[in-house]
Amino acid sequence: MDSRDPPVLLPPIGDPSANARVEMQNVSVDFPIYHANARSLKRMLFNAASGRIAENQRHHVVVLALREVSFTLRPGDRLGLVGGNGAGKTTLLRTLAGIYEPVAGKSYVQGSIAALLDPNLGMNPELTGRENIMLRGLYAGLSKAAIAVLEEDVAAFSELGEFMDLPVRFYSSGMVVRLGFALSTAVHPQVLLMDEWFLAGDFTFMEKAKARLEKMVSKADILVLSSHMHEVILAWCNRVIWLEGGRIRADGAPEEVVAQYLGRPLA
Amino acid sequence: MTALPRITLAFDAEQTWWSRQRLALADVARMLVLWRLVVTLSWLDLRLRYRGSMLGPFWLTLSTAVMIAALGIVYSALFSIPLHDYLPFLALSLVLWNGLAATLSDACTSFIQAEAMVRAMRMPFTVHAARTVLRNVIVLAHNIPVVLAVYLIFGLWPGAVGLLAIPALLLWIADGMAACLLLGAICARFRDIPPIIASVIQIAFFLSAVIWQPSQLSEHAYLLPLNPFFSLLEVLRAPLLGQLPSAWAWEAALAYSVVFCGAAWLLFARARARIAFWV
Repeated sequence: MDSRDPPVLLPPIGDPSANARVEMQNVSVDFPIYHANARSLKRMLFNAASGRIAENQRHHVVVLALREVSFTLRPGDRLGLVGGNGAGKTTLLRTLAGIYEPVAGKSYVQGSIAALLDPNLGMNPELTGRENIMLRGLYAGLSKAAIAVLEEDVAAFSELGEFMDLPVRFYSSGMVVRLGFALSTAVHPQVLLMDEWFLAGDFTFMEKAKARLEKMVSKADILVLSSHMHEVILAWCNRVIWLEGGRIRADGAPEEVVAQYLGRPLA
Repeated sequence: MTALPRITLAFDAEQTWWSRQRLALADVARMLVLWRLVVTLSWLDLRLRYRGSMLGPFWLTLSTAVMIAALGIVYSALFSIPLHDYLPFLALSLVLWNGLAATLSDACTSFIQAEAMVRAMRMPFTVHAARTVLRNVIVLAHNIPVVLAVYLIFGLWPGAVGLLAIPALLLWIADGMAACLLLGAICARFRDIPPIIASVIQIAFFLSAVIWQPSQLSEHAYLLPLNPFFSLLEVLRAPLLGQLPSAWAWEAALAYSVVFCGAAWLLFARARARIAFWV
């Protein structure tokens, strides 16, 4: 147990002395399923016997998305998450980002956070590229001057030219990807949470994009990366957690855990 | 590269009543820091709603003007009230009521509508509530020209009593925030609530002296402030018509608002952490 009691109040924003830190203590997250016929759903799901569906004290059907997950990350830690579909990787990233709050256990994340979770990143297709950039800056709580810098940086990298002032729905899919990528990689967080979709796009093949992403990763104090691409995990991470059924199945050095997960020694 | 503000996210699933209050207060504090985001989102909402339309939100102004003219002529004959007495009352009443009704029905979707944002990033939930309220205030402001025009035509001016509308407007905004937090959370969890709210608003429209005047009830008019919709409407409407609202209407409006805001706050503090799972 940590003797330093984490403060419950949210942001003392802009405290530069604070080091990045991530701490999860027995964190569990359930998803309630409300909008369905609970009775028949219960029968159906319990029969499936996957062990992930349960009933909480108030007899609601819940999906046990995370179960007693504990780990601590300090600056320099690069954590890779491996596991099958539905193992809880994305839920863990969302919990770290503060989108979901744990139903049991304690979570503590300190430092500036960027979460690259959703391919559209909350972009509104009806708004122009410039407006989307401004909104993202405002979401992050950036000042006017910082938003202007952000806009310039994204415009230069995405090479959208005059398309910046057109609604995003008129963009080609390549342009949308370029804007999304440029925007998400324009910030410099201490704690970087990255879902695998981010590495799956075509842009990773572009030399320029690769350099930009690597710069962002190397500048971050703490990286948490969820991916099916083991080469990336082995290249970038110095610790790997294997999630299975919302629980930590293994936690250790990348080569060991990935080999364990794959069920064969690494080539 | 742009540096991001540092934050601390600390959650303990074993919450006390006090820790929930503190987290809910922190939510509000963060929303106030992000006020520029709230303003931008409200304007963008409106701009998107009327994208490609020439008149934009002034369509509302136009349709309100037509409705007031039509209803005014019919009902002033029906109630046998001279038009110059009735029309200013009706114009103000309808504009205010439309604002109240639109805010209430928007309140139901304040969190559901922001689903994509709620799931994509951590964001104070009060941002969505404030955005809904501000958006409706802006819409209401677009209808002010209709009221002003009617006042001008009939040579009516409320005078200094009109200043009493300011505290009433603040009360409306507080109740609007409370409605967004309370109804927003309840409607995210129970999807059957919005239609119920819609029919309550419709019934309240007929019961709250919007198109008929309180004096028409003669000796029973003193019962009207028991209707929370009426008392809230009256404290804002009377000063703008140059009348002093009764103390009884203010007492009722304040009492209902205190109970409503209190209930909304307690529920919000309790439900805040769960809303992300509900939307």
